[in-house]
Amino acid sequence: MLKFTDEHEWLNIEDGIATVGITSHAAEQLGDLVFVELPEAGASFSKGDSSATVESVKAASDVYCPLDGEIVEVNPAIVDDPSLVNSDPQGAGWFFKLKLSDPSAANALLDESAYKELIA
Amino acid sequence: MDDHTSLKQTPLHHLHVSLGARMVPFAGYEMPVQYPAGVMKEHLFTRSSAGLFDVSHMGQVTIRPKSGRIEDAALALEKLVPVDVVGLAQGRQRYGLFTNDRGGILDDLMIANRGDHLFLVVNASCKEADFAHLKAHLSESCDIEMLDDRALIALQGPHAECVLAELWADVATMRFMDVAEADLHDVPCIISRSGYTGEDGFEISIPASDAADVTRRILEHPDVMPIGLGARDSLRLEAGLCLYGNDIDTGTTPVEAALEWAMQKVRRAGGGRAGGFPGADRILADFAEGTARRRVGLRPEGRAPVRGGVALYADADGKTPAGMVTSGGFGPSVDGPVAMGYVDQAYAAAGTKLYGEVRGKYLAVAVATLPFITPTYKR
Repeated sequence: MLKFTDEHEWLNIEDGIATVGITSHAAEQLGDLVFVELPEAGASFSKGDSSATVESVKAASDVYCPLDGEIVEVNPAIVDDPSLVNSDPQGAGWFFKLKLSDPSAANALLDESAYKELIA
Repeated sequence: MDDHTSLKQTPLHHLHVSLGARMVPFAGYEMPVQYPAGVMKEHLFTRSSAGLFDVSHMGQVTIRPKSGRIEDAALALEKLVPVDVVGLAQGRQRYGLFTNDRGGILDDLMIANRGDHLFLVVNASCKEADFAHLKAHLSESCDIEMLDDRALIALQGPHAECVLAELWADVATMRFMDVAEADLHDVPCIISRSGYTGEDGFEISIPASDAADVTRRILEHPDVMPIGLGARDSLRLEAGLCLYGNDIDTGTTPVEAALEWAMQKVRRAGGGRAGGFPGADRILADFAEGTARRRVGLRPEGRAPVRGGVALYADADGKTPAGMVTSGGFGPSVDGPVAMGYVDQAYAAAGTKLYGEVRGKYLAVAVATLPFITPTYKR
């Protein structure tokens, strides 16, 4: 199940675990990323908490946790090469996997068409 | 969308939009922050080829002596800047500072001797105040005019000279900080060999009505790419150049800002025209006694940028304050984070290890010599 937030994150949810990243639109708006800071596996976040930071040449931006949950895996490839987030934001540029505290909460997020409408 | 309705536009606005620029509000203008190539490519292209910048938002001001003698304009301006203007030869330009009575910096600027008048370029955010300041203090002896009918572009990088030489062969005879007049595509322009990137390059003042045409034709050259404010900032930061409002302001003095080089000996204690500018007591005392803090380069040891506003400490636990970052970001040519800021003199030596507080962590930062790149000015 693919979901989106109005903070420009995407979630690909399978068996209660959401793979989370930022959308192509967000990556384009941020510009060339030069630094990514990810949470530690095992950390718990509430929806809306700052769970990661991305920095472009110009500015730092928070990546907010889209739902309540626990980080079960992070993507070290984007720490080594932040430009992956620009080149493949909705694929190889994923940020972390989040074990959702309440998988049904995802139903309230945007679907792809609603998100496309938001950024149109 | 942002409300851009109250923002001014430069004569190159439509050109920016046609080039796909992302426009942002800056100093009261709608300015291109980046083009489709992006900040990283724009930055690196400027250092390897030639970047073209619209800096038309900056103020262009002429000072004409009522007596007709340029020395009178120079002497008048020297009352506002701690700089040798009288000794500035015709066809030459130099960096200067407007100071206030406390020795703080009201603005930084370029001053050119154009033979029968002085030509100033001042920061966009300060230009109205600068103009009023000049009017208030110089009107008795000089006519002050803000040139609202001219655009200003910068062409910067190792290929800038050969690109301009195709339009005006004599450009090769110019040295760093020379100023000349020349026709580019039959449009009379004022050209200085200067810039804000650390690269060899030129700043070109063009009548507004012809500016888009001249600029478009320069951009047709395959060695030239348009560059936005984003890369302009990372280029100047790597070059160790101050951004007014970040690195210098009314709360910093020229000596604290490590800008002693901008004050020639003739205006310092013992010089032929020592003092006589606002804040001279404080500034000359700074020269004699030193200052408690100093602007230095800062090189974060990790990959995380350490930006303006970050507090610096002498210890990794944030117990002993050491200073503050005033500008910081990522340097694409350095391929790592770079910054500058003010530190207490005890920590100002290159190599001193400090710690910047970023998101609750204390990141190691080494005091570094500015600039971070080797400038390629053609002296």
